[in-house]
Amino acid sequence: MNPFFMRCLVLFFLSALSASADTLGKITERGSIVLAYRESSVPFSYLDGPGKPLGFGVDIANKVAEAIRQASGKKELRIEYQAVTSQNRVPLVANGSVDLECGSTTNNAARAKEVAFAVNYFYASSRLLVKKSSGIQKLGDLAGKAIATTTGTTTFGQLRKLSLERNLNLSVVPAKDHADGFLLLESGRAQAFAMDDILLAGLMLNAKNPDDYAIVGEPLQIEAYACMLRKDDPAFKKLVDSTITAMMKSGEFEKLYKKWFMSPIPPRQRSLALPISDRLRENLKSPTDQPAS
Amino acid sequence: MHWDWQVFCNSTLSGEATACFGAAGDITYLQWMISAWGWTASVAALGFVIALFAGVMVGVARTLPFVPFAPLVWVATAWTELFRNIPLLVQVFLWYHVLPVFVPAFGSVSSFWLAAIALGLFTSARIAEQVRAGLQALPPGQSLAARALGLPPGTVYAKVLLPQALRIILPALTSEAMNVVKNSSVAFAVSVTELTLFAMQAQEETGRGLEIYAGVTLLYAATALSVNRVMAWVESRTRLPGMVGAR
Repeated sequence: MNPFFMRCLVLFFLSALSASADTLGKITERGSIVLAYRESSVPFSYLDGPGKPLGFGVDIANKVAEAIRQASGKKELRIEYQAVTSQNRVPLVANGSVDLECGSTTNNAARAKEVAFAVNYFYASSRLLVKKSSGIQKLGDLAGKAIATTTGTTTFGQLRKLSLERNLNLSVVPAKDHADGFLLLESGRAQAFAMDDILLAGLMLNAKNPDDYAIVGEPLQIEAYACMLRKDDPAFKKLVDSTITAMMKSGEFEKLYKKWFMSPIPPRQRSLALPISDRLRENLKSPTDQPAS
Repeated sequence: MHWDWQVFCNSTLSGEATACFGAAGDITYLQWMISAWGWTASVAALGFVIALFAGVMVGVARTLPFVPFAPLVWVATAWTELFRNIPLLVQVFLWYHVLPVFVPAFGSVSSFWLAAIALGLFTSARIAEQVRAGLQALPPGQSLAARALGLPPGTVYAKVLLPQALRIILPALTSEAMNVVKNSSVAFAVSVTELTLFAMQAQEETGRGLEIYAGVTLLYAATALSVNRVMAWVESRTRLPGMVGAR
């Protein structure tokens, strides 16, 4: 191999290495940040028409992008949006395809081996969405019945565990995504849809007849949601953390919470009517980036 | 990057390391993967049987003389165009979500059967075209001579035309059989816990996506290759002197 080409190759790999460890440098150099969005995680991150992501997490991510722009001293920072799913969000953050993912991602120890989490911005408990007419009140009522959950979520494993522990013999029906899980319940292929309460509330909101459904049962587990970013990048994590913490201290976070969780939101202009939970209130006082359980 | 193959011997309940084939009611990711592979193989096998049966029927119908078989030719042509012009994933959803709205009985059919039927009918349209091509590749003298001997149309196909046509299209059928194995991954969209669904869920629970996908890739490749070898064996067992593929 000729020496010049060799040197180019070495330089190329070196630059690739350094770029992956230093997100802020990469963003400044490229003049753009890649934000991940989800297609149906109401109200955190979802689509209102093609290519128009919006939501609580999208607003927060944009706030972080603005902070990066200010820190870099640039006039303009381009924002690129990249759709992610339950299955590919962790690998896409880890390999650098996206810089920041603020959606409905649970902050847990297994994922912390691959990626880092900013301070928690929401606490969800996984519960059951059922048809009111079915009379199901708790997990015990579902013994031997079909229960849907979304593939690629922690709830799936939790259900398998509970089914065995409580001898419920649940038949867990894995759905392709949250919307599909709701469809399974609506069409009667599953008697309940187990998922984080906030996502269930969001799906219910957009149902044809929201009054036909109810969220029931004790929390199967409590989970913290947080923005996901690359591991081992303290400078970037510090900037994301301080941006979100500052919003929590200034009251801006609560205003944003009211906008997405307690006021009418697109596309149906209905409200989730979900006040700030005690757990989140606690987190606003002393923000933490540790998993909930 | 370091590989951690231990993940396959972890319990799917506690996530802790345990005996690779599970101890006392515990299931490991290896066991789950093998059971998922069983679903993949079952969907593919059932799908291929449906595809072969329907494909030969429809392929034959397309080569019938227009008079007096017009309705049959019509139905066969519509069948082929319908099933090969709609994306497979959409067909799976149609069977699973849309059909039960019009025919409530389908609501209680298991997703395994619906996925296999959808996969089978999609592939049947492709096999029908191959069967038709195989039949049309035969010299016209074959069918004329058979009819001159006074054989009824059914016998002409069963004893003279199809045995030759099917031998001609065996290599194409091999590709189709391998495609069925790989296309069976669409079954994940209707909650069949096959390999693709296993990969999506297990990589999330374990955080070891590369190892999980490596295992799943290996099983897909091994399955498709076995199908290939079986078909090659069928090919070598059925070849006739003086025909395509003869030694």
